[in-house]
Amino acid sequence: MPLIKNGEVVSDPHNGETHTLGSFLETAPNDIEDARAVRLMPDDDPHELAPYLKDIELIEISFPRYADGRGYSQAQLLRRRLGYQGELRAVGDVLRDQLLFMMRSGFDAFELERSDAADAFVAACKEYSAFYQPAADGEVGVFARRHAG
Amino acid sequence: MYRYDEFDAQIVKERAAQFRTQVERRLSGDITEDQFKPLRLMNGVYLQLHAYMLRIAIPYGTLRSEQMRKFARIARHYDKGYGHWTTRQNIQFNWVALKDIPDVLNELAEVEMHAIQTSGNCIRNTTSDQFAGAAADEIADPRPWCEIIRQWSTFHPEFSFLPRKFKIAVTAAEHDRAAIRVHDIGLHMRKSASGEIGFEVIVGGGQGRTPHVGTTIHEFVTEAHLLDYLEAIMRVYNRHGRRDNKYKARIKILVSELGAQEFARQVEDEFAAQSSEEKIVLPQAEIDRIHAYFAPPAFEALPETSEAFITASHDDPDFAHWAKTNVRAHKQQGYGIVTVSCKPIGAPPGDVSDAQMMVAAHLAETYSFDEIRITHEQNMVLPHVKLDDLYTVYQELKAAGLATANYELISDIICCPGLDYCNLANARSIPVAQDLQKTFADVELQDDIGELKIKISGCINACGHHHVGHIGILGVDRKGEEFYQITFGGRADEHAKIGSIAGPGLRAEDVPPALKRVVEKYRELRTDKSERFIDAISRLGDDPFKEALYAAD
Repeated sequence: MPLIKNGEVVSDPHNGETHTLGSFLETAPNDIEDARAVRLMPDDDPHELAPYLKDIELIEISFPRYADGRGYSQAQLLRRRLGYQGELRAVGDVLRDQLLFMMRSGFDAFELERSDAADAFVAACKEYSAFYQPAADGEVGVFARRHAG
Repeated sequence: MYRYDEFDAQIVKERAAQFRTQVERRLSGDITEDQFKPLRLMNGVYLQLHAYMLRIAIPYGTLRSEQMRKFARIARHYDKGYGHWTTRQNIQFNWVALKDIPDVLNELAEVEMHAIQTSGNCIRNTTSDQFAGAAADEIADPRPWCEIIRQWSTFHPEFSFLPRKFKIAVTAAEHDRAAIRVHDIGLHMRKSASGEIGFEVIVGGGQGRTPHVGTTIHEFVTEAHLLDYLEAIMRVYNRHGRRDNKYKARIKILVSELGAQEFARQVEDEFAAQSSEEKIVLPQAEIDRIHAYFAPPAFEALPETSEAFITASHDDPDFAHWAKTNVRAHKQQGYGIVTVSCKPIGAPPGDVSDAQMMVAAHLAETYSFDEIRITHEQNMVLPHVKLDDLYTVYQELKAAGLATANYELISDIICCPGLDYCNLANARSIPVAQDLQKTFADVELQDDIGELKIKISGCINACGHHHVGHIGILGVDRKGEEFYQITFGGRADEHAKIGSIAGPGLRAEDVPPALKRVVEKYRELRTDKSERFIDAISRLGDDPFKEALYAAD
């Protein structure tokens, strides 16, 4: 499946194992070298990753159905509260029209099942030029922009 | 009233453009109806029994005449000449063609309107007291905060795929006209001893299949903390609300399963854990900017009474009766708040024609500082009319079929579209409302009965608010036949209560005579005319009324 990063289709840089949260928590305390990537399911609590976030290179957040929005909260917690800086990848039922919400919530990589994945991504990013609320993408919200400077 | 700045205008324009490409993708067959569904549902477009339906947002029910005229044009040009006020202070057009909807959204954008937050599992259009800014009993105008909530919740990246839809209502008056206790979040503005404004936060109210009255989880959240506190509630709900069953996915179920105290604790923890980087920066200058749009209009200094009004009342008893029924006290001496009933006897409740919209727009522009409100009870309001002008306004309303004198009376029925339009409905609701209106059409009888709120839903989703009707009516389907279940004693005000089911359902044709017996029983048992139906039920319990309901059997 095409992987999009920075607006382009890239090959997956990660070739090690992607752990479930359970297997990650078993592995990481003993062998952090083997625990660089983890996949969160919607039920998982991202706080459990807190002690290891500096060493993690990839967190996949799974969207089993596009309508299950728990992944957005997981992403915001990881980026804004827990300070995670590695790759945050959306996987599963990832649709073109949700990319902007995902990006704003802190995702920087997307598995997108489309032949025109890169074009779709670029188009989706350009649909809005202003956002009311601050989020995890560093955009300044309109409330603050109105009074800047 | 709020006016868009370049940011608001840009966002709405971009939304219209985005939806145009989505509709093009659908019409060209690039995406299926299944794939299109989540997209149209983020733009107020529903697929109903006969056609697509477009629901347009009227934030907190406040409109300018220019916007009302736009609705009239949409009704005339794209629909069959009418629109329908919803119980969320919005408007629905039932016959708009999908191919036209992008053009409609463009036209709406021209007058600072849109269909955002009218569908989907997001934070929906925030509702409020329809008398806000005019009511004699409010401590502040709640609409600036409704507008701030509207902006904060628009396309919220974290809360656009919630377990279920999410409704917030705000009031600042002691008497709750906005039904805030049956909302996912109700905000009751309060004033502290030191004069500071804050919000009592009520969570977990709702109707539908499992009705609940909300519980207060915080007595006083300050203005500075409101949005961050709402974010904390939303995050707890988004993470922990049930997603395994559509009917258990509303926040009321989470609150009742956890217990309100535990829910409140989780919200407090989440709120306390927010880092400074996570806080929403809402500068005081921005709060002030938005409040400035809602500054009181330039009221004239007028005497308390109006000679013109007194004379006209004396000469025209119908006018006097209408004024007594449909005009309420205004905070400004010499003015009144006019409820324009959209419930003429025998018509679908809440429907208005394009011509009637034009009349309302003209009256608002000429006599009410250009303002109109839409109520969750499916009427219109002219909020600021001089007592001197009331008779003229009345005559123009009357000529347009908009002067029915029944505000809060038995024929002012809330009614969902039911099986005549809606693909969720189990039973028709409009014909039941019409039959009841005809049964109680007599003006003197209605006046004698006094305040009595009947609310009708055509299915358990309760869009017609039947759980909180003084008399609630729920249409159910039993083996292909429509039956109507009656509830007593519900109310949506500051003493909110879910009505209790009287017993077995009735056939449609038996509903009017049965309710006639109930009303007769009430008139017989009340202490005097000042004891309203709902007060009599509180004093006597349901039993005498149940007995009357089934007396024919």
